[in-house]
Amino acid sequence: MAQLTRTERQIALALFVGLAVAGLLMVAGGRADPLGLHGALILGVAVFGSFGIISKYYEPLPGADRLREYYDDPSKFGVVAAMVWVAFGLFMGDWVAWLLVNPDLTFDAAWSSFGRIRPVHTTSVIFGFGGNALIATSFYVMQRTSRARLPDQLSPWFVLLGYNLFCILAVTGYMLGITQSREYAEPEWYADIWLVVVWIVYFVTYLRTLARRKEPHIYVSNWYYLAFILVVAMLHIVNNLAVPVSLGHAKSYSLFSGVQDAMTEWWYGHNAVAFFLTSGFLGMMYYFMPKRAGRPIFSYRLSIISFWGITFFYIWVGSHHLHYTALPQWVQTLGMTFSVLLLVPSWASAGNALLTLNGAWHKVRDDATLRFMMIAAVFYGLTTFEGSFMAIRPVNSLSHYTDWTIGHVHAGALGWVAMITFGSIYASVPWLWKRDAMYSARLVEVHFWLALAGTIVYVFAMWNSGIVQGLMWRTYNESGTLTYSFVDSLIAMHPYYIARAVGGLLFLIGALVGCYNMYMTIRAAPQRKRLASTSDMPAAVPAIAPAE
Amino acid sequence: MTFIAHDTLVWLSKSIGLFYLLILSAAVVVYAYWPANRKSFERAAKSIIEGEDRPWG
Repeated sequence: MAQLTRTERQIALALFVGLAVAGLLMVAGGRADPLGLHGALILGVAVFGSFGIISKYYEPLPGADRLREYYDDPSKFGVVAAMVWVAFGLFMGDWVAWLLVNPDLTFDAAWSSFGRIRPVHTTSVIFGFGGNALIATSFYVMQRTSRARLPDQLSPWFVLLGYNLFCILAVTGYMLGITQSREYAEPEWYADIWLVVVWIVYFVTYLRTLARRKEPHIYVSNWYYLAFILVVAMLHIVNNLAVPVSLGHAKSYSLFSGVQDAMTEWWYGHNAVAFFLTSGFLGMMYYFMPKRAGRPIFSYRLSIISFWGITFFYIWVGSHHLHYTALPQWVQTLGMTFSVLLLVPSWASAGNALLTLNGAWHKVRDDATLRFMMIAAVFYGLTTFEGSFMAIRPVNSLSHYTDWTIGHVHAGALGWVAMITFGSIYASVPWLWKRDAMYSARLVEVHFWLALAGTIVYVFAMWNSGIVQGLMWRTYNESGTLTYSFVDSLIAMHPYYIARAVGGLLFLIGALVGCYNMYMTIRAAPQRKRLASTSDMPAAVPAIAPAE
Repeated sequence: MTFIAHDTLVWLSKSIGLFYLLILSAAVVVYAYWPANRKSFERAAKSIIEGEDRPWG
C-alpha cells in the first residue's frame, strides 16, 4: 500500500466500490439462492478492502527511488497465501483420507460429506497453494530475469487479491453445494467469469513487464510461465462455456453434452496438469535450482527443446482419460500416442535438472532446500514415466478407476509440485525479506524428511491398493463370473487407506513445520538493521547504480 | 450432423497435422542447435546467476 501512487490508490478504491456494487447486485438478484450468500461475501470483502484503502489513503506517497528496486510486496503476499492454503488444503486432504477409513467422520453435516470436502482439498492445494506460489514466483522471476520492475503497483495486487477471492468463492461454494461437477473446474459461472478477468490482467501485467525488460534474451523460465498463463486462460474459457439458469441463480449448464462434454472436460483436466501443474513449476525449477546450486542450467538448448516438446505434445493427451469409453477409438489412440511421446521432453527436463546438480552434490547433501528441488526433479521423472505408461490402453484397463491413479497424481502433486514449491519458497523467503537465511536450517531438514516420508508412504499405499483393486475386479472364477464382489475389494483397501492417511499426516506436519519456520524468519530483524546496530561495522549502504 | 466428418479429421491429422508437427520439431531442434545461437544461449544460462539484484537503468 505504501508503494501505491495517488492515482493507483484512487483506482483501487474505485475497483473496490465496483466490486461492492457487483456483490450488492448478486445479493439482490440471488435472494435465497446460494448466489446471494456469495454476493454477501463479495460485498463484505469489498467493504473491508475499501476501508483498508481509505485508512491508508493519506499516507506519504512513494518516492521515485522505489523504481530502483524490484516490487516484491505482491510476491511476499503470494508466498504467505500459498503457505496458508497448503496448511488448510493438506488438512482437508488428510480429513478426506481419514473419512475413507472411517465414514462417520462427516459428523452428520452436509457440508462435510466426501463429495464436498474432496474438491475443497483439491482446489485448496492446486489453486490455492500452487496458484499463489506460481503467481508469487512468476512476478519474482520475471522481474529479475528481465532486470525490470513490474510496470505498476496496482495490477499485481489486483491479480493476487482477485485470484484469492476466486479461490475463496470456489471453496466456500463447494461447502454450500455449488458445483459444476467438472473435475478441477467445479466453480460456477460467476466465479469463472471473475477468474477470466483476473487472468487477463495477469497476462497483460506479465507482457508489460517483459516489454520493459533490459535483458534482451527472454530467459527460459519466462517461456514456461507464459505458456502456463496463456494456455490456462484458453482451457478455462473453453471448458467453462455454460449458460446459467438465470442471472440470479448459481447453477449453470454446460454448452457441451455427452462424449463431447467428457472430451472437453479431460482436454481441460489433463492440460491443467500440463500447464498449471507442470509448465509453471518447470519455470520455477529452471530459475531457482540453478540459482540455489550456483551453477547455470546443464543445457540451455535442451531446455528450449523440452519447452516446445512439452507445449506441443501435452495438448493432445487428454483423451487417455477416456479409454474404453464412447470416445472414438482413434481419439483414444491419439491421446495414448502423444502421452508416450511426451516422455521424451519430460525426461529431458528431469535429466537436465539433475545434470545441473553434477558437481554440486555436496550442496545437495548439506542443503535441504536444494534437496527439495533435487527430489522434485526425481519425482518429476518418475511420475512422467508412470503417466506415459498408464496412458497405454491395456495398462489403463488395469489402472483406471483404481487407487493407482490417485497414487500417480500424488506422486506428481506431493513429490514434484509441492517439493519444487517448498524448495523455491525456502530459497526465496530469505531473499524476499532480506534475511541471511531461514530461521532454522534444521527445521527445513525436518520438513524435508517428513515430506519425503509422507510422499513415499502415500504413493506405495496407493500403488498396492490400486493394483490389488484392479486385479480383484478382473479375477474370474471357473464358471466365468467375478470372484470378488465390489465390497470384497473395498474391505481389502482398508489397511492401505489407513497407511495413506498416515502418509498424508506426515506431509501435513512437515508443511506446518515449514509455516512455523517461515513465520519466524519473517519476524526476525532484517539483515540491514542488524548490521547497522553492530557499532564496529560500517552500515551497509546499498550501492546505487548510476543512471544510464 | 457433425461439423467435421470422421474421415476428414483423420485425413487432416495424417497429412497436415503430421507434417506440422514434424516441421515444428525440426524447426525447434535447428533453432536450439544453430551454431550462431550458441553464444547467446550460454550467456542466458549464466545471466541468472549474478547481476540481478536490482533493475537496470
